[in-house]
Amino acid sequence: MTIRLFIPRDAGAIAVGADDVASALEQAAVKRGMTIEIVRTGSRGLYWLEPMVEVATPKGRTAFGPVTTGDANSLLDAIVTGAQHPLQLGLTDEIPWLKRQTRLTFIRCGVVDPRSIEDYRAHGGYKGFERALSLTSDEILADVTASGLRGRGGAGFPTGIKWKTVAQANADRKYIVCNADEGDSGTFADRMIMEGDPFVVIEGMTIAGITVGATKGYIYIRSEYPHAVEAMNAAITAAKRAGFLGTRIGGSAHDFDLEVRVGAGAYVCGEETSLLESLEGRRGLVRAKPPLPAHKGLFGKPTVINNVLSFAAIPFILAGGAKAYADFGMGRSRGTMPIQLAGNIRYGGLFETAFGVTLGELVDDIGGGTFTGRPVRAVQVGGPLGAYFPRALFDTPFDYEAFAARDGLIGHGGIVVFDDSVDMMKQARFAMEFCAIESCGKCTPCRIGSTRGVETIDRIRRGERVAENLAVVEDLCNTMKFGSLCALGGFTPYPVMSALKHFREDFGPAPTRLQAAE
Amino acid sequence: MTSLFEASFEPWDAERASEIIAEHSVREGATLVILHALQEAFGYVPEPAIPMVASALNLSRAEIYGVFTFYHDFRKEPAGRHVLKLCRAEACQAAGGDALAARAEAKLGVALGHTTPDERVTLEPIYCLGLCACAPSAMLDGRVVGRLDEARLDALVAEAQR
Repeated sequence: MTIRLFIPRDAGAIAVGADDVASALEQAAVKRGMTIEIVRTGSRGLYWLEPMVEVATPKGRTAFGPVTTGDANSLLDAIVTGAQHPLQLGLTDEIPWLKRQTRLTFIRCGVVDPRSIEDYRAHGGYKGFERALSLTSDEILADVTASGLRGRGGAGFPTGIKWKTVAQANADRKYIVCNADEGDSGTFADRMIMEGDPFVVIEGMTIAGITVGATKGYIYIRSEYPHAVEAMNAAITAAKRAGFLGTRIGGSAHDFDLEVRVGAGAYVCGEETSLLESLEGRRGLVRAKPPLPAHKGLFGKPTVINNVLSFAAIPFILAGGAKAYADFGMGRSRGTMPIQLAGNIRYGGLFETAFGVTLGELVDDIGGGTFTGRPVRAVQVGGPLGAYFPRALFDTPFDYEAFAARDGLIGHGGIVVFDDSVDMMKQARFAMEFCAIESCGKCTPCRIGSTRGVETIDRIRRGERVAENLAVVEDLCNTMKFGSLCALGGFTPYPVMSALKHFREDFGPAPTRLQAAE
Repeated sequence: MTSLFEASFEPWDAERASEIIAEHSVREGATLVILHALQEAFGYVPEPAIPMVASALNLSRAEIYGVFTFYHDFRKEPAGRHVLKLCRAEACQAAGGDALAARAEAKLGVALGHTTPDERVTLEPIYCLGLCACAPSAMLDGRVVGRLDEARLDALVAEAQR
């Protein structure tokens, strides 16, 4: 009997040795004359357990992790004899960290073979597309609107309204663009889904295409994600071969084609208008809005531009799940959010759950505190443009409006945990420095403000006129927040001001608190 | 897996460059696609290629040069034999990335953004590899490495120096 093993081909798993573990298991099996089949899946998102190896059993998959190459023999022994193994985790679906999640978007990630469209279809793939084909454009829009889905890239704009605007626009050509320029530190959900379940992104974009009348789509993936580029390209080829991309897709009257474009290391290209400029082959300079991309987007044509996770949520919604999706969540934040726990954290990974869970639950309970074992001092939510939260605000529920009310943002759902060795003035300086490096240069508040911000914080650290320079930092932040063209300059004040507000004691000539802690 | 990323570059050849440019110039918004393809072939974007791209796309040299210089990825000159990228973004900072970056700089004797004098290793910062749940992370010639500590970093630096 052939034993089926599942080992991730996710970049995060490969980074901690998944490829080596796969070949060690293969070699060990050959040596014993055992037949094993290794399926390379996406990651389940429990990164402290990667590389995680799963085995198909009559009761379901059982998991082992974190596996090293040295475990190959003992692992095969345990699999054959059913004996106990120190790395065994039991049935994968029963692992508490996974079981307490609500996986709608990530339901197949880590389960299916991302190179196989047959596997995707066997796990419910293309059901949403098939139903969409039987609906009118207005009916699809009604479903997307009813689901309450808001843009998962960070801005949280209602997806239904965006699509409707493009559907109603008159043009000879329209485009669907997927923003896979996931540049925020602490976020990796786009990468995971592209590597682990790429067809769900393709299906979501295809549904968008038939809804608004677009026949061409682009996926703009950052160059830092070579594995995701490879996975998406392979999936597009497979979808074309199966008739789900190209002309008369799925036997319908619709045409839709997709192409991957690779970024070139500019963070600002995650901003949608900058991304469109880049796709057009230009410098990633931000465009002034209006006109909105929905009216004048790629090559001046009406364009739906959404984040990877927004498109990936669509197949579930169109497969009859609009109401079920909307039933999750709180307030105006409906559905689930794939939250990413990262940085100095014990149990880091992908945790998809309904909106409303508190920051404290996420960090302390689910995340298990810091990896170093020291107390959590600050968490940055929403990437380099997100605010730093102190423990005092850990009762904040994960919800667009609740975070905004506390001068923060959930952004793309990344949470980066810092322990008590963090120097918050250094983090504030980094926010300014990063903005200076990545500014597209089009507007003055962002381009000059960030550079002046770094200089001013350096003066504070040198002890030069601290009070006056702190006032300059605040003033700069105000100018950037209200005067910048896009979120890069406009949101850089979030990490800076939150650090200043909640961790004032760090802003001075020397980090005395740190020396005391040593 | 490494074979996928292993770099072997061709010497500059204008004819070869013309072929690459012609292959991609029909695509919509082709500039970045062409620059990527040139860099993939030659390891950098040689200066004589800029006017060639401009004329193929019917754009000005300034426009192509502007695109070329805007993006961090495109190289003006060849990198070292190996490129070691250390993630310097927040999640990796939180997990001890600052000290590891300093250690790599000390071991290689160059600052981030520079190539060792023997042209073996280019050490570069990168802002997020999306491996934030197994931070700190790095990339050596396209191969990703997570959960870096001093020992793993030292091994990586030694591998790059070989």
